[in-house]
Amino acid sequence: MSRPLFRSAAPALFACLAGCNMHQSTLAPFGRDAADIRGMTLLLVGGAVVIFLGVAALVVAAMRAPAGRLTHDGGMRLVLWAGGIVPTVVLGALLVWTLPAMRPAPATPADLRVALVGEQFWWRVAYRPPNRPPVVSANELRLPVGRTVVLELGAGDVIHSFWVPGLAGKMDMIPGRTNRLVVRADKAGRYRGVCAEFCGLSHALMAFDVVAMPPAAFDAWLAAEARPAAPVASAPGAALFTANGCGGCHAVRGTAGTGSIGPDLTHFGARATLAAGILPMTTANVARFVRDAGSVKPGARMPAFRHLSPGDTQAIARYLESLK
Amino acid sequence: MTAPPLDDVALDHTAQNDPAVRTAQEDRLRAVWKPPAGLFLRWSDVNNNRVGIWYTLTAFVFMLFAGVLALVMRAQLAVPDNDLVSANTFNQLFTLHGSMMMFLFAVPMFEAVSIILLPQLLGARDLPFPRLSAFGYWSFLIGGVFVGGSIFFNVAPDGGWFMYPPLTTRTDLSGLGADIWMLGLSFIEVSSVAAAVELIVGVLKCRPPGMRLNLMPLYAWYILVVAVMILFAFPPLIAGDVLFEMERLLDWPFFDAARGGDPLLWQHLFWIFGHPEVYIIFLPSIALFAMLIPTFSQRHLLGYPWIVLAAVGTAFLSFGLWVHHMFATGLPKISLAFFSAASEAVAIPTGVQIFCFIATLWAGRVIWSTPLLYATGSLAIFVIGGLTGVMVAVAPFDWQAHDTYFIVAHLHYVLLGGTLLPLFGGLYYYWPLVTGKKLSDRLGRIAFWVMFAGANLAFFPMHFSGLMGMPRRVFTYPAELGLGGLNMASTIGAFLFAAGVALVCVDLCLSPTRKKGKRNPWNAGTLEWLAHPEDEDWGIRSVPLIESRYPIWDQPGFVEKVDEGRFFLPDAEEGRRETIVTTVLDARPLQVVRLGTPSFKPMFTAIALGGVFILTTYHLYWAALGCGVTTLAMILWWLWTGTAEIPEKAGKSIGHGLTIPLYISGPSSSGWWAMFITMMADATAFSGLVFGYYFFWTIHPEFPPAGPGMDGPGAFWPMAALALVLAGWAATLVARIIHARGQVSAARGLLAFGILASLASLAAGLAGPWLTDLRPTLHVYPAIVWTLAIWTTAHSGIGAIMQAYALARSLAGRMPPAYDADLHNITVYQHFLALTAIVAYATIGLFPAAA
Repeated sequence: MSRPLFRSAAPALFACLAGCNMHQSTLAPFGRDAADIRGMTLLLVGGAVVIFLGVAALVVAAMRAPAGRLTHDGGMRLVLWAGGIVPTVVLGALLVWTLPAMRPAPATPADLRVALVGEQFWWRVAYRPPNRPPVVSANELRLPVGRTVVLELGAGDVIHSFWVPGLAGKMDMIPGRTNRLVVRADKAGRYRGVCAEFCGLSHALMAFDVVAMPPAAFDAWLAAEARPAAPVASAPGAALFTANGCGGCHAVRGTAGTGSIGPDLTHFGARATLAAGILPMTTANVARFVRDAGSVKPGARMPAFRHLSPGDTQAIARYLESLK
Repeated sequence: MTAPPLDDVALDHTAQNDPAVRTAQEDRLRAVWKPPAGLFLRWSDVNNNRVGIWYTLTAFVFMLFAGVLALVMRAQLAVPDNDLVSANTFNQLFTLHGSMMMFLFAVPMFEAVSIILLPQLLGARDLPFPRLSAFGYWSFLIGGVFVGGSIFFNVAPDGGWFMYPPLTTRTDLSGLGADIWMLGLSFIEVSSVAAAVELIVGVLKCRPPGMRLNLMPLYAWYILVVAVMILFAFPPLIAGDVLFEMERLLDWPFFDAARGGDPLLWQHLFWIFGHPEVYIIFLPSIALFAMLIPTFSQRHLLGYPWIVLAAVGTAFLSFGLWVHHMFATGLPKISLAFFSAASEAVAIPTGVQIFCFIATLWAGRVIWSTPLLYATGSLAIFVIGGLTGVMVAVAPFDWQAHDTYFIVAHLHYVLLGGTLLPLFGGLYYYWPLVTGKKLSDRLGRIAFWVMFAGANLAFFPMHFSGLMGMPRRVFTYPAELGLGGLNMASTIGAFLFAAGVALVCVDLCLSPTRKKGKRNPWNAGTLEWLAHPEDEDWGIRSVPLIESRYPIWDQPGFVEKVDEGRFFLPDAEEGRRETIVTTVLDARPLQVVRLGTPSFKPMFTAIALGGVFILTTYHLYWAALGCGVTTLAMILWWLWTGTAEIPEKAGKSIGHGLTIPLYISGPSSSGWWAMFITMMADATAFSGLVFGYYFFWTIHPEFPPAGPGMDGPGAFWPMAALALVLAGWAATLVARIIHARGQVSAARGLLAFGILASLASLAAGLAGPWLTDLRPTLHVYPAIVWTLAIWTTAHSGIGAIMQAYALARSLAGRMPPAYDADLHNITVYQHFLALTAIVAYATIGLFPAAA
């Protein structure tokens, strides 16, 4: 296969494969770094295919050659060139070419910082815009398109890894350390990220939504997110929420709930998914999770509330959904 | 006594012309090497042929078991949102699959095959320490069943084969499985190191006369390289295991960030082991290529010195690239660049080795055969794995690929192409050597193509599922990711691969029904093919003089001369199992060494030591202590009755006018080398702990930290302990020197003083942290100080036991000045003890003031 043909065919193949999944794939990037790395991937794959075919051709030739066709000196020259010199040159060039990509992207103090902390099996999110108080959220990351954002990654209990395949490479979240990842989303849309480091029983069920928004929309959203929950204290679910002690673990700003053990629920209803990106936001799903979180997500810390009547869990679910 | 030069040896074969003489010799050899028979007694066997076969079979069964675990996983992942197994079961499955394939199959399989092959490759009658092989085997069996069997009780380890803390060290987040992993596999690691010591000494000291290092069969070179790698790679993991269990059992916070620990320390220690591990299991397969490719090209391997240098180079580099498993942990960019470069560079020596094989096939007359089919097919798969390996060595690409199915694809291409399929090729190649019968070429080829298709169908799609966002170690994935088709293909491929493995098993099971074939069926040129289909247990009829890398091809009348006993040591006049020990570099004969005979001691020792590890898992500390004392007693009994035996005469004729000693001590003896090599491993484990101390220093601005329970151990007690260790060391050294001069009483006095000094250093070493009230659960600083102190004082204690052993040997009349191997060997230990004490006590006693 000639290089030009490959160059046109490979992206087409990837696009076709990526067609079925545009929101959690390194082949369908929406961020600057992921796009750069995809370009690198294509070239690496191309090089690997060429080398593989070359080695295969040599093996076939070696098998077919009559005895003595290759002299001892000829064989040693083959080893020297094919095994020594060519790989050294190719790998040296590869290293020089990829070194710049290992530098972290530049960021300034004026850039938005977002602190993300991995917990078994969900994500704390705190937006820290310069010169303004932090805005706490959970299980969803919103990014302004075209702006540099500094992600500060930590862990609450065990090691997790922050990975949004379409945005950038992954970065581990390690207890006792804060890792920085500088990202920039270039294409608005709704995407998905996951935990990439095995973190326990429900590691497979630890995901989150990523929403890349136009900058103006993002600013408006952040301002809204900073406000307390809409005053719907009269809803029957609100009383049940308080009476069952939900606020001991979950904060709903503007109410008596101030706990920080579980995810912040102040604008819970505005998220598209629940339980860290694994269920669509429907009343039935919320009620099911409230009733027995462990059945949805094995190992989740949230206790079961099986003693509540279906009516009560429905009411709590409706209340939570109303927290836009 | 210096070794005689071989040039002067008169190759006078006339003594062997009489068939009656030969028959009498053969009868004596047969009687000496007769294996123990009977339902129970047969398990006391220690001969390399039987132990090697038990070892191989056991590792093979563990491989099949771990493979079945993988099939269950693939069944679960066949379709999205599946619930065939629970998350809990799935996590146990993948942890056990990886751990068993690595620790219970790949490494032990190398050692098992080497135990079978090495004596044959070297024309030796057996390995230098047959009982040590048996001990290694029984340890492996007990530990393997303990770890593997845990899944039937739903308590298998479930933290991944890398066991990253704090998930695995926090007892509220992980259960018994973590202890089973840590202690069960530590036990296996001990047996792996034991086998490595055996193999290194075997290669260095048991070669046939004339086989200089540059005439050694390449497989022996690879055994040497790989065993040395095991020696330096496993101990850091053992050090990590020690810290890990201290945290789990005693709450010492090595990996707890809240109390100054750091989870990354484990990752460093694990991958300093884990990456060389990849080459530890890959190089032996290259070694199999290096044996069978010359055979099927019917010519010498091209570029012998290049291959050796490349293997050594791979080994060196493999210790310098562990960080590529940690590219996503947020390390400084400079180390990313360095480790990226090192990881890419390792492709170069690998390429050199592969092109040496290609050039050999090109230059030679290729004979198509089933083993060669396996070799070329696995090469194709391996090259793909190697190329994706270069891709993931590029840090930015790795940030995407790391911990995804792309890596699963990469590592399985490497391990199937670089370990499993070559092993099957080796199986088809060497089966006639072990059983005298060929396997079916037809079944072998069908099995190969089924496995080849299965492997590619299973693992090629994973490259895409990984890049399309599928992380590793997930028990399920949502349908919306659109990965169902790729995963279904992988599952079908996995079952296809299993069908191929089943075909190989069928072929093996049919073997007993087949007739024996001819000797050396592939017309190979290397020494191991002297093996006769009508198997004799003596190993080799006479130990040959080697003048070529392919003696069967190059040395005229070689096979007949060996068979007719015309080379060395054709007899067992004294009714003892013997083999020849030679010099390290140029293989001049030094000694006829008497080998261990069948015994249950190795098995009982392994059972007792297994008790220590297994009972500790269940927190039965007193019972574990009892087992520890039993282990010590067993070892002493084993040594006392089975080693450093004083021969009935000073020397023995091995033919051709050569008479060499039956007893040697010091650096030319195999026992001295075994001690030296073991202590290298021990020192490596210790440096893992020291690395921990300075690692914590680098991550803390203030280290040692201030505060109650953290101020210690001061300088006085560590320095006192150091002085005492050095006194004990000097006493032992002087005792050895004057003992050799005949001053036995003075030497005994010095040994007695040495015992007291060692015991006093034990007390002083612990007094430092004890009297300054360092509280190890408070912070990582007191914990690591205590650990270094305990490690060093425990070594002082063992030193005292050794000194007492030598003293007792002397008093019992078993160690006269001319037979002082015990004293030489414990002096080696004392050298290492002194070194350990200097580093440890300077670190804990002086470094705080310097920092």
